[in-house]
Parts: sequence; C-alpha cells; structure tokens
Amino acid sequence: MNVVAIAALFIQLATQGGRATPPVVVASKPFGESYLLAEMFAQLLEARGLRVVRRPGLGATEIAFGALRANAIDVYPEYTGTGLLAILGEQPMGDAEAVYARVSREFRVKYDVRWLPPLGFENSYAIAVRRRTADSLHLRTLSDLGAASARLRAGLTPDFIGRADGLPGLQRAYALHFRDVRALLPAVKYQALAAGEVDVIDGYSTDGLIARYDLVVLADDRHFFPPYQAAAVVSPRLAKDNPAAIAALAELSGRLDDEQMRALNKRVEVDGTSVATVARDALASLSLDGATRATDVAASTGRDGMSAYMRAHWREIGHLLARHIVLVAVSLLCAVAVALPLGLVLERMSGRAESVIRAVGVLQTLPGIALLAFMIPLLGIGVVPALVALVLYSLYPIVRNTFTGVRDADPAAVAAARALGMTDAQILRHVRFPLAMPVIMAGIRTAAVIDVGTATLAAFIGAGGLGEPIVAGLALADTRMILSGAIPAALLALAVDGGLAIVERWTQPET
Amino acid sequence: MAVSAAGTNSQSIVLSAERVTKRFGDVSALDEVSLTLPRGASLALIGESGSGKTTLLRTFNRLVDPDAGVVCVDGVDVSTVDPVQLRRRIGYVPQDGGLLPHWRVQRNVELVLRLNGAPDAAERARSALTLVGLDPARFADRWPRKLSGGQRQRVAIARALAGEPSLLLLDEPFGALDAITRADLQDAFAGIRERLAMTTVLVTHDLHEALLLATHVAVMRAGKIEQIASPEALVADPATAYVKRLLERARVAAEPAENIS
Repeated sequence: MNVVAIAALFIQLATQGGRATPPVVVASKPFGESYLLAEMFAQLLEARGLRVVRRPGLGATEIAFGALRANAIDVYPEYTGTGLLAILGEQPMGDAEAVYARVSREFRVKYDVRWLPPLGFENSYAIAVRRRTADSLHLRTLSDLGAASARLRAGLTPDFIGRADGLPGLQRAYALHFRDVRALLPAVKYQALAAGEVDVIDGYSTDGLIARYDLVVLADDRHFFPPYQAAAVVSPRLAKDNPAAIAALAELSGRLDDEQMRALNKRVEVDGTSVATVARDALASLSLDGATRATDVAASTGRDGMSAYMRAHWREIGHLLARHIVLVAVSLLCAVAVALPLGLVLERMSGRAESVIRAVGVLQTLPGIALLAFMIPLLGIGVVPALVALVLYSLYPIVRNTFTGVRDADPAAVAAARALGMTDAQILRHVRFPLAMPVIMAGIRTAAVIDVGTATLAAFIGAGGLGEPIVAGLALADTRMILSGAIPAALLALAVDGGLAIVERWTQPET
Repeated sequence: MAVSAAGTNSQSIVLSAERVTKRFGDVSALDEVSLTLPRGASLALIGESGSGKTTLLRTFNRLVDPDAGVVCVDGVDVSTVDPVQLRRRIGYVPQDGGLLPHWRVQRNVELVLRLNGAPDAAERARSALTLVGLDPARFADRWPRKLSGGQRQRVAIARALAGEPSLLLLDEPFGALDAITRADLQDAFAGIRERLAMTTVLVTHDLHEALLLATHVAVMRAGKIEQIASPEALVADPATAYVKRLLERARVAAEPAENIS
C-alpha cells in the first residue's frame, strides 16, 4: 500500500514537473556582442518572472543553430545576413527588409525556427587597418584596399576565411590578393594588428575593439556585405510552448540602434566592465529592467591586475576547475573502460588490428568543433556530448599502447609460459598484461594530459569547465579572463601528469 | 634414416618419435626422423643452426605439431593429448631462462606446481631451489633481474624440475653463459640428472656439452639424424663423413682450452 502511495506521489510530482514551464535556455556565440545580447535576453526574461539557464559562448554558428533546431537551447542572438548566407546558403541580397523577410520565412518552413523582429541595429563585417597604414597608403574604401592588397598581410577569423560571404566573395568583389592570409581568433587578431604582425583584419562594425585599437574601417563601396540585422532566433519548442517568453524577448525589438550598441560593446570590450553589469545598465536605460540578479559577479570592473582578477573570481574559477576535473576524470575512466578491452581483443585478432587502430586514430584528427556540431542532433548540447567527444579523443593512445604493450611483452617470458603449460588466457592475464602495464599506463597518461587540454572544447557546447573563461576571454579580448582559465588548466595538466607518473611507477614489474 | 638407440624395451620407453616430418614453407625442417629414448636416458640433439634440432625438441611438447609422423611420451601419442596438459607434465628450460620478470624467484618456481594445482607448491618450490644449489632463504624473494645469468638458469631448471616431470626438455640451456659459469652449471646439472635419474633431451651446438651430459647423442643435419649413439661409440666410430668432420673440428677447438686448464 505504502509503496503504491509513494509511487503515485512520484508520478504526480514527475508529471507536475513536466507540466511546469521548463527554464528558458539562453545561449550566445563566442564574441562580445553575442554575450552581451544574450545576457540582456536573460535578464529581461528574469525580470518578467521566467526561469533562465545561461549557455554562453557556444562554439560557432553551426553549433548554436544546431542546438536551437534540436531544442537544446531556446534563444540566441543571430544576424540576418549570417542566416541567409551561412545557414540557408543563399546568395547575398542588398535590401535589409528583404533579407529579414526571406530568412524569417525560410527558417519557419525549413527548420521551424522563428526570427523575432530585429533589435534595431546592424552589425556587418568591417574590414579594418591600422590608422598609420590607412594614412600612408591612402586607404578609405575596400576598392582602395584592392589595389594595395598585394603588399598587405591579412589576419582573419577562421569563420570568415571559409564562408562564401567572407573572404572568397570579398576577394572576387574587390580583386584582393593578400600577400599572406592567416587564421586568427578575435583577441589575437586585434593584438596582432596592433603589433604589426598583420595589416588587415575582419571585425564587426559595432565592435568596441575597433575604437580601442584606433583602427580605420574601410567602406564597403561596392556593397558586398549583405545587411546583418541582429535579432533573437527562437527554438521550435519555445515558440510553441512559452508565449510569455516570446512576448518578453519581443520587448527588445527595435530598441537598439548602431550607436547605442557600439557604446555598450565598448564598455565590455574596452573598459572591461562585466557583461552582466553592462546588460543591466542597458536594460535600465531602456526602462526594461526589473529584478537585479543576486548572482551578479562582484563586478571587478576596469582592467586591474591579474592577481586582483583571480582574487575576485576564485570561487567561480574553483567551480570551473571542479567541473573540468569531473569532465577529464569521467571521460578518462570511460575511455579506459572501452580502449583497454579493445586493445586486448585486437591482440587476439592480429590480422585486422592495425586497421582498427588506424580508424581509432582518425577519430583524433577530426576537428573538435566539427565533431561537436555533428553530435548535436543526436545528443544536444551540454555535458553528455562533451564527454562523448572527450572519450573519442582519448581512445587512441590507450588502444595503441595496450595493443603494442601486450603484443610485444617480453617474448622470452611469453614463450616460456606457453612451453610450461599456461593457456592463452592465463598468458594474457598473468604474463602479457602485467608486463604491458607500464606501457598501458603511459598511454593512459598521454590520454589524460591531452584530455585536460581538449576538455576546454567543452565550453563550445555549454558543458562548462576551464574553457569557458578561455573562450569568453578570447571573445572579449580579455587576457586576464583567458589566463584565469588557461593557468589552472596548465597546472591541472601538470598535476595529472605527475600523479599518473607515480601510478605508473607502482605498476613497474620490479621494485 | 630411422636409427634407434639400442637395448630398449617398450615398457621403459619414455619418448619415441616415428617418421616425424615438418616443413616450413619450402624448407624441410624435419625429414622422417625416428628415435626412442628409455627411462633415465639423456639425449643430446646436436647440429648446426637449421639442422632441425630445436624443431624436433619442440614436437615433444607440441610447441610444434609435425606434418606427419607420431611422437609418443610415456607411450601416449601426444597429438591425442591437450597440448596445455601435456606441457604441464614435461619440464622445459629455454636458452634465456624465460623467467617471468614480474614474479619473484619463488613464484617463478611455483609456476608449474600451481598450474597443476599442487597443494604444497611453496614447499616443493623451495626444495627444487635447494636441488639446483640455490639457498631458498637467500634467493626465494629475489627478482629475476637481480640474478646473474647462471643463477637465472638455475632458477629455470628448478622451475622445470619442481613439478617432477617424466621428461625434461632443455633448449641450449647453457649457450648464453660465459665459459666458467657454463662449466659450473654443466657439472651441477650432471649431478642433478644422475640423482633424479631424469629422462632428458638437450639441444646444443656444443659437442663437448653433449658428450659430457648425454647417454645418447644424436647428430642432426638438414632435418635428419646422421647418427645416434652413446658418446663413446660416436667418438670411436663416427658413422658418416659429416660426424667425423664434426668430431675433428671439436677436438681442434678443445685442445687449447685443455692446455689452459
């Protein structure tokens, strides 16, 4: 009777939980303006009494949009031009309203994804050079750049280099032939330009960093770049189930112009004010504010020193470090559980072993972002796909070392064991495996150290870890933030390597 | 080319091979080899590399299965016996000792006893160590890598003898040792063999070792037995030109060594 009652209670609770509106998952892509807009969405939703989960800094367009389609996130800021060219794969068109109409219809039909009305400002690509370069070569427009490009080196975001609406199209439109093109991440990109390592970079027209580094944006005199109006894109589930959230998000439509956005971006990217603070101030100035978040980071504003930053954020960093350790530990255990038996099985079927191991090795060459993007339809975003990716990346060194360690175990000892009447299974268990232990441990150690580095990728799909401040810091050109993730990650790698070295010594057959 | 050691009856025959043939690809390793070995006898298989002596030895415990012919141990056709069970009844000493480097001496010597489920493995391993001249109190807890080459071979012999096998196979057991250690071990082994009246087959390329340790010497060449006889008979009456040359070469090599000693 009691059991039935408890079961009934559980079912009641579970169904109630199911009926209650789930939190709205707000995400962004990994660059400053996207972080800021997402935080504004989140605070606005909270001000309207909705629960919010934040997933900032998702890898790239494929990952953010893939997650939205799969209902793994509910809303993130996107740009109409990106939707048209990068997601729909269509040709650029000139008129802003026509582009918005096109993407909002096509997204609804093809993906069941909704574009809310645009926020009001445009943020196009901006090709920028140092003021000195512009002056000495008399550069004002991209046509001017075309003539001078043979002497110049470009440092462009990987995204931009690959996209049809990026470098390939731009080269055709303006007859550009750069002396050299390098792929650079945002933070590095601006610093490289300032240091004279490259001469031309791609930025965003509303970028705060353009002002910070005193750069000249060259005019798009042939109107190559399509309009990039910013708007909230909304998942099928949110559009269907949560009209209150849609209404709240729509309050921002048409409220932000180019100048306001540039000023907001500057506060984040140049002044170093926290995203949460800038978002709150922005909502307040638009009279859209409500509740202030209690969890707001003890805003260490300004560009003060590294140690002050670490002191102000140690609690957060501790949480990220703990999450990082969990990601590494769980993925490593799973990888050992898969790779070790696989290595032992492969030793028994020596004929096909090499091809299987090579196939496992190919997994490791897959680009992380591509692998993560590929898994979103199957596993969504968050910890699970991150763990799967980490396991796949850890398999190779363990399988390889287990296989070769067991295969090449002291041939004289193995031959003697067989001649004295051990079965193959006994030889494997009592001779080959213990003799291979140091080699196997070395493989596990290699995998673990690689894992600590690779786990920073988890930030791209919202699984947290020390990659979060690294990705955000790169996006916001905030060196302290990058180091607050990178230094603990490096120390963790050293600690893991040292710890496993001790374990490795224990497994040596001789004292 | 079937030659048998004379003066045996079927009751006391521990090992016999009949027309044993083995090919590796195009190479004939064993070509219809036949022999019989009475209980307590010690057979030395001698010949150059590639003469088939090690392959023949390995057919006795089914590390090699012949293409044709029959090998019998204790009167039973070995091809009808599970090779793992067979090997547990036959002692084996490889050239390099083949000690398991992750086990201490004691555990190494217990190997066959434990495989056979002997209840008093620890005790019997210790007496085997004593038998080969190693004090268990000093050596039982050592790691193989901390032993000299001669000590390692003694442990390997103890391991092979601990299970009290009916037949002991040794594959060039002293080949990798320096001359003095080798002489010590040969003496020690000859003593043990006599005490236990153990039936042994020894592969060697050293004629002096064969003459010293064997009751029967089989000279092998190209997969066949040229001559099988007692050491005295072999020296006195070599059956073929090849055996004669072998003896002459060994004598030339031996003289300076005798002068030194």
